[in-house]
Amino acid sequence: MLNLDQYTSLGEALRDALERWPNEVCLIESDRGKEKTRLTYSDFKEIAVPLTRALEDADLKADDRAAIIMTNQSKWLISAYAIFHCGGVLVPLDYKLTAAEHLQLLAHSRAKFLIVEFYLWRAIMQSPEFKKHSVQRVLVTEAPLGADIGGAFRWEDFRRKGEPSLVKRQKEDVACIVYSSGTGGRPKGCVLTHENYIEQCKALTAWYPFWPGVRYLSILPTNHAIDFMVGFVGPFVCGACVVHLRTLRPEFVRDAMVKYKITYMSLVPMVLKNLERGLRAKLDDLPGPKRFLLNKLIAANKAMTRRKPNVPLSRKLLGQIHGAFGGELLALFTGGAFMEPSTLQFFYDLGIPVANGYGLTEAGTALTLNDFKPFRADTVGKPLPGVELRILNPDYDGIGEVAVHSKTIMSHYLYDAELTAQTIVDGWLLTGDLGRFDGTGHLQLFGRKKNMIVTEGGKNIYPEDIESAFDGISVKEYCIFAANYLWPAKTLGKEMLVLIVRLESGQEFSPALQEEINSRNRRLPDFKRVGGYVIWDKDFPRTASMKIKRTVLAEEIGKSLGRAAVVAL
Amino acid sequence: MTAFDQTLDQILTLAATHFKVPREKLTPDDDFFKTLGIDSLQALDLLTKLENHFKVELPDYELQGVSDFRTLASRIQSRL
Repeated sequence: MLNLDQYTSLGEALRDALERWPNEVCLIESDRGKEKTRLTYSDFKEIAVPLTRALEDADLKADDRAAIIMTNQSKWLISAYAIFHCGGVLVPLDYKLTAAEHLQLLAHSRAKFLIVEFYLWRAIMQSPEFKKHSVQRVLVTEAPLGADIGGAFRWEDFRRKGEPSLVKRQKEDVACIVYSSGTGGRPKGCVLTHENYIEQCKALTAWYPFWPGVRYLSILPTNHAIDFMVGFVGPFVCGACVVHLRTLRPEFVRDAMVKYKITYMSLVPMVLKNLERGLRAKLDDLPGPKRFLLNKLIAANKAMTRRKPNVPLSRKLLGQIHGAFGGELLALFTGGAFMEPSTLQFFYDLGIPVANGYGLTEAGTALTLNDFKPFRADTVGKPLPGVELRILNPDYDGIGEVAVHSKTIMSHYLYDAELTAQTIVDGWLLTGDLGRFDGTGHLQLFGRKKNMIVTEGGKNIYPEDIESAFDGISVKEYCIFAANYLWPAKTLGKEMLVLIVRLESGQEFSPALQEEINSRNRRLPDFKRVGGYVIWDKDFPRTASMKIKRTVLAEEIGKSLGRAAVVAL
Repeated sequence: MTAFDQTLDQILTLAATHFKVPREKLTPDDDFFKTLGIDSLQALDLLTKLENHFKVELPDYELQGVSDFRTLASRIQSRL
């Protein structure tokens, strides 16, 4: 691994990684079982240098912002490398957002450059808001020959000869602006420095090291803080390899794990549960005697790994199961959403450790992680090296808001001093999550203080962002809350959004209104949909500027009504 | 029956069989996540079944933002 203490920026560290392991494979890209790309660090350099030179010629300078909107693939990482080399600030945007949302965040971030996959660019060009975009230079990847790319450049042709100069950046300089949410309302652009990433990388690799030969299967979006760190920066500074898949259908993910003998993979709870479901179905289909034997082996494995995992032993005992995961898997990582302990235990009993962690974009990738000393399915692990956590104003049960102090905490929210001041107080980041430490220093999470939910797919959803989808519905007024915000529950599971409806005087909740709401709801992506509605019989409290006083309203609703008042949509 | 209607009908039949729900319970404008009670990964599974049936390749992004059978049918029809 590179000695990260020597570096002040990601650009420098990544440049040296390409020099250090020229013959190691750094990227593999597969599409439906067919390998499309295999690059060594030296091959990576051969593609990245001409692109970097061309960006340099196109006047990408220090602190200029360059956005990437792409699915996980080699061109994502090559483009990010080039941006950092030029001293630019990377703005990684979620490819699953709509074209209008992409344009909104491009405008908010004031991105000067955009690197985008063709099908996403086509959607952006077709958006009514397209004419207003102010990006100066757009590079489009994989555009079919003859396709209209609206004056953009083809990424594949955007090359210049020569050696680009590395633009030196300091630790406190901005490396990335990562949007944690806020596409519909108040954009939350987390401004993260080079130091944030370098420190996070040091902390994570201290517990879960990478080395040449390690293969990381990258299925979380690379724009997401976790994949950016463990599916790009971490493996690269250690000479390891990242495997990308063009389709994330479960059968291809399973095949890739076997074909590429994956060492590590991060996944959201939904994917882990899907793996569990598939595995349980296979085990249930085994003939009686085989199932009996397997149960005995699982029991033996469980007994022998009670104190700590012993993956080599588990592979011997349960070879067939481990074979289905490629036979070289060391650990799976999950977090970002509530994970059921029974699922974590299921995998642990099979000798497949799942390191459950906790983090938020505002604080880098992860704050806590399970270190398996011992395995604790009911916690999100211990603080990573360099991370200080405090529980603020703990109640009788020791539960309070989790606050963080660490070199991985973002500098600020972009163009939002007010929100920054509310979120970072005296150097401590207030997470809005409720937790407590148990006697062994493991963090347990119990819910949220803030009005938001996190889906099983790991998406942060802020109710205010969804409200515009219901603009113009035939009611006097409406707003949306997270159910657990209205009725605090010391749990993170089964989170849902609730639409609060105030009808006009004399108006009834008619089937037509129900259909109107259903129809609006259906237009939202499945993970953003409202789960139920509540009819509220008073006018919403508002400020002088007519903004809804959400805290007051939430308190009133919480006191007057119970969860039973929610009608499912 | 138009070619599109045939595609739509076959999708509904395949979805009903795959997720073990009565065919008559599915209609073209249903939100399939809700009607079938599935998550986005299970929807991707359905996409694979449809690819095999219609002998077309559908990139994952074809399903992005799609939640009803009719839109899904139009995406498949355009690739037949």
